[in-house]
Amino acid sequence: MMGEWSSGEGLQQHMQSHGSVPRPVSNPPMEHRFMPYQNNGGTVFAVAGPTYAVAMADTRLSSGMRILSRNTTKCTQLTSKCVVLTGGMQAEMVELHKRMKILITQYEHAHRREPSVNAVAQLLSTRLYFKRFFPYYTFNVVVGLDEEGKGAVYGYDAIGSFERIPYVSQGTGAELVTSVLDNQIGKTNQTKQLEPLDKTDLIDLAKDVIAAAGERDIYTGDYAEVYVIDETGVNKSKVDLRKE
Amino acid sequence: MYRNLYDTDPTTWSPQGRIHQIEYAMEAVKQGTCVVGLRSKTHVVLGALKKAQTQMSSHQQKLYKVDDHVGFAASGLTADARVLASYMRTQCQQEKYEFDEALPVGRLVADVGDRSQANTQRMGKRPYGVGLLVAGSDMTGPHLFETCPSGNYFEYEAMALGSRCQSAKTYLEKHFKTFKEVSVDDLIMHALKALKKASETADDEITAESVDIAIVGAEQKFKILSNEELQVYLDRLASEVTAAEGGEAPMDTT
Repeated sequence: MMGEWSSGEGLQQHMQSHGSVPRPVSNPPMEHRFMPYQNNGGTVFAVAGPTYAVAMADTRLSSGMRILSRNTTKCTQLTSKCVVLTGGMQAEMVELHKRMKILITQYEHAHRREPSVNAVAQLLSTRLYFKRFFPYYTFNVVVGLDEEGKGAVYGYDAIGSFERIPYVSQGTGAELVTSVLDNQIGKTNQTKQLEPLDKTDLIDLAKDVIAAAGERDIYTGDYAEVYVIDETGVNKSKVDLRKE
Repeated sequence: MYRNLYDTDPTTWSPQGRIHQIEYAMEAVKQGTCVVGLRSKTHVVLGALKKAQTQMSSHQQKLYKVDDHVGFAASGLTADARVLASYMRTQCQQEKYEFDEALPVGRLVADVGDRSQANTQRMGKRPYGVGLLVAGSDMTGPHLFETCPSGNYFEYEAMALGSRCQSAKTYLEKHFKTFKEVSVDDLIMHALKALKKASETADDEITAESVDIAIVGAEQKFKILSNEELQVYLDRLASEVTAAEGGEAPMDTT
């Protein structure tokens, strides 16, 4: 505006550009920014076995340094053989999971059968990419049984890049979890090849791993949901974690 | 006759106050193969006679699942039925998304009615050529509705649509007062017997391939019976028929 002067520019510059006596301005132009994202914390991970898959997700919901809830789920069962687990922002997760459920239902109407884990995995990837320029702040894991009955685990980034891998972790405790899984399951640091873990040992390991993450990651704790997916379907249970 | 002057499109009334295009659309519903619906206190059963164009072809789908709590049987233009199925499915998902609840059956049917009515009051559009028997269960209990190309809809305890449905309706009228208390199995048997009445006059075979049954209830998600499940009821039907024919009890000829 002619003649008005904000603190953003020097007096001389103002005189030069406007050529008149400056008056103080009550509302200098200020840039407002809306930060659409927040990280609600928590850790999820999944491991694929030969005929089963195991997945875990803690149930703590945080914002900043506060706990908003000790008992909110990060998971949604999409088919009789498939579960999606999501770390990151809970509001985005809720929306994403709602949309995924609708898409699965539409698939079932059209095909008159459930989608395979592979189909669900591809579906999630494309839907995440649709929001390439305003992403879902979600870090996803899809876990289930593939068409051959083998355990399947897929890990994603926020915009839908994904791959099928033997195990993956996402969320605030991901690095802690991945390190342990690399050692216990990947065994890439070992030359001696030991027997792979059986189902019970794997479940026990998973419980230990999430507890370990809860020890050091402040955003992980309270309870953890355990999903074991095998030929009997999706079996869900809950374990206690540290409450502090 | 003079009727033909006023039947070119649905935006023209006849001097008698009728819209002939809508009535012609309702004729199309009567051309489809017979479908029946019956309701008890807890469940609704839908039955349909499926048609195969030739011996080589598959039987045309008559029953459609719309959501876990609702589905329908269609009589008339199958393509129109599929379009309505798609619309109804979207409506149900929308309700789940916005309100996290199952779309009440009456409201779903009202939506179909409104949509159908729109096609009766627009240039360049034609009424849907299909009538639906919508079966569903919501918090007010089990429901059976009929929808019309006109956009009207009605609730029933039992109903039949399609070709030779009068025979089925007569059977239903005779027995419907007992439907409230019967079990699901008996309700399915009634549906099959009603369909049999409609098929008898044309001497059509009732087999697991040519017939479809669906059930829905408070504790029962909408389910179209598989061929194996259906065969159990068809066997029972066959044994009841032979018992009636061979035994002393006279055959039900109504």
